[in-house]
Amino acid sequence: MTPELNSYPRLAPGCRLNEKAQQPRTLLMPERALRLNGPSLEIVERCDGKHTVQQIVTEMQKIYSKAAPEKVAQDILGYLGLLHDRRALDFDIA
Amino acid sequence: MNSGIPNPLALIAELTHRCPLHCVYCSNPLELQARSNELSTEEWSRVFQEAANSGVLQADFTGGEPLARPDLIELVRAARAAGLYVSLITSGLPLDEARLGTLIEAGLDHLQLSFQAAREELANEICGTAAHAQKLRVLDWLKRHRVAVTLNFVIHRRNIDQIEEMLALAESSCATRAEFANVQYYGWAFANREHLLPTREQLTRSVEFLKRAEERLRGKIRVEFVVPDYYAKFPKACMGGWGRKLILVTPSGEALPCHAAKVIPGLRFENVREHPLREIWENSEAFQKFRGEEWMQEPCKSCDRREQDFGGCRCQAFLLAGDAAATDPVCSLAPLRSKVDAILAQIILPPAAETPVKPSWIHRPNPA
Repeated sequence: MTPELNSYPRLAPGCRLNEKAQQPRTLLMPERALRLNGPSLEIVERCDGKHTVQQIVTEMQKIYSKAAPEKVAQDILGYLGLLHDRRALDFDIA
Repeated sequence: MNSGIPNPLALIAELTHRCPLHCVYCSNPLELQARSNELSTEEWSRVFQEAANSGVLQADFTGGEPLARPDLIELVRAARAAGLYVSLITSGLPLDEARLGTLIEAGLDHLQLSFQAAREELANEICGTAAHAQKLRVLDWLKRHRVAVTLNFVIHRRNIDQIEEMLALAESSCATRAEFANVQYYGWAFANREHLLPTREQLTRSVEFLKRAEERLRGKIRVEFVVPDYYAKFPKACMGGWGRKLILVTPSGEALPCHAAKVIPGLRFENVREHPLREIWENSEAFQKFRGEEWMQEPCKSCDRREQDFGGCRCQAFLLAGDAAATDPVCSLAPLRSKVDAILAQIILPPAAETPVKPSWIHRPNPA
């Protein structure tokens, strides 16, 4: 699925990041653990129900200003869609 | 930790062998451990800390029935405090909504609720007690709580034709994951195998149905399916490989590489009461025995798939071939595959028109 730009992604029940002190940072979910680094961690940290997809895209485009903005946007939408298909993300509608 | 041995990723914590259910395919060993030998709250808490220090990310609380432990809430707190992700693998008995709420407040991340069938009569026949109605109540309470929910259906010949109703139950619930796991034949399931193995036709139908369901429910429910490996072409990578990912601790503290490992004669298992978990994982004879490839025989030894399936399951090799280091006989390349084919050839179903006769089940009893 492709997420709506004005929706608020939020980690699904039972999906959470491990503690900051625990390395490597990992997204924990039922029967799975996903190692996160760099951009994937920065995206997941913003899936807090307070950022819209659009806001996450804009912030990431600032952090990765050397990359083509459309490519950054496309990668983020793809990644959020993947996490949703794995049932790690829900999208709240404003 | 530079031993070259990978960290364990998950701790399977068999908190007790006591259980209000008596399922005919229970994965517990035939010799159940008594309550008087169970690890205490403090001992388990230390094990959780040692597991987290060894790199373990997830603790699966299982049993028996973990709810039979009066200190379960403290155990959830202790595992969370150690930094672990906590799953409760449960029948939903004995439980009321207040205790469920307290478990979730204590930090329970994920609850996996088992169902024995979609319909009450068969479900109660399989687990040897009237449990089904309570499970439906638990499923209803869960809608009001924030926790990941998996519905687990153990599949076999008697219930495989109810799979559509099972999926409908999952769809009507708040589950984000539904697991359709065919019985694997160890312990109690091995004893009841002739009544449990589905026919090839039943299996094919169910696989086709679940493939379509997986597609249709993508993004809503993760549908997972485990085939009975007697029907597979290649063996399963049992436990993700011996001593590679998982460590199981029994109610009395023995550390095992898998649920059934105690069937293998001559293996000595260390106890977490006497040795640190990390030391057992790295150095104990039982964990070293089938780690890596040194122990392999042909055809595994030179097989291209040896790093994918690690030669299959050691316990199954012992149960079917009488040699725990043999190629898992379910493998199509195994010298003893004909033994498995002979077992499959014996499966016969009563004609559909007849009322199915209740098999003479061997129900799992309760330990002392």
